[in-house]
Amino acid sequence: MIRSIGLAVVLFAFWLLLSGHFSPLLIGLGIGSCVLVVYITHRMNVIDHEGFPIHLGFAAPTYLLWLGWEIVKANVDVVRIILTPSLPISPTMFRVRASQKSELGHVVYANSITLTPGTVTVDIIDDEFEVHALTSGAADELQGGLMDRMASRMEGNRENGAPEAKT
Amino acid sequence: MAADIASWIFILAGSFLVIVGGIGILRLPDVYTRMHAAGVTDTLATFLLVVGMAFQAGFTLVTAKLLLIVVFTFFASPTASHALAQAALASGLKPRLAEDRRPKDGKSLDDGGAE
Repeated sequence: MIRSIGLAVVLFAFWLLLSGHFSPLLIGLGIGSCVLVVYITHRMNVIDHEGFPIHLGFAAPTYLLWLGWEIVKANVDVVRIILTPSLPISPTMFRVRASQKSELGHVVYANSITLTPGTVTVDIIDDEFEVHALTSGAADELQGGLMDRMASRMEGNRENGAPEAKT
Repeated sequence: MAADIASWIFILAGSFLVIVGGIGILRLPDVYTRMHAAGVTDTLATFLLVVGMAFQAGFTLVTAKLLLIVVFTFFASPTASHALAQAALASGLKPRLAEDRRPKDGKSLDDGGAE
């Protein structure tokens, strides 16, 4: 129930943001369409912890800020490599373990790896990711496991114990 | 005026990164390494360009929409990169590696893999 209300609020805020109309008629139509969408998603049974991960709470913005800084650092590294005349790359393939419990956590971790320039998640085998890194240094850093721990911490910070994603 | 200067700085920095990403795609040797260069264009370059445009728009709905573009790009681009990398691997394209730390025969890390 709380997820449905949350979804309705987010949808309506999104609608206001994109439309920019504030006359009663149009706002009424906006509310109507939001309610309709929430009703449909409720009937389709897709508002769960994955479709609308409200349980992450404040952990998600904190993680995103940390990830943003990691992305900036990785960008600087890759730019430096590209612009160095000798092109000092050492492509490395390796496996890392994803210690997150839910599939949502796995997705967050895998996407974080890919989003950081210099490392791309190529394959997922159970709870291990196969990763391609541009340099062995980037591989070392990821194998150090800091990003894995950060992603797990964000996932673990849930309020009411959302059900596990394994169905 | 200050907003214009900030806008210039961000857009120039973003453009620089797009160009570097392009150079990287040309210089790097294979699909997998080239994807890392494309990653520069996807992430920081997009962000800087959009922030530069947001300084032009000021506190308006346009800025909110611009930031939404960043959010959607940050969700979509790793998905696309992953799909591309996995398609390349699945079709049998071998990456040129300096170092292969994968466990042999596709074993899991548990039963005597690398590390």
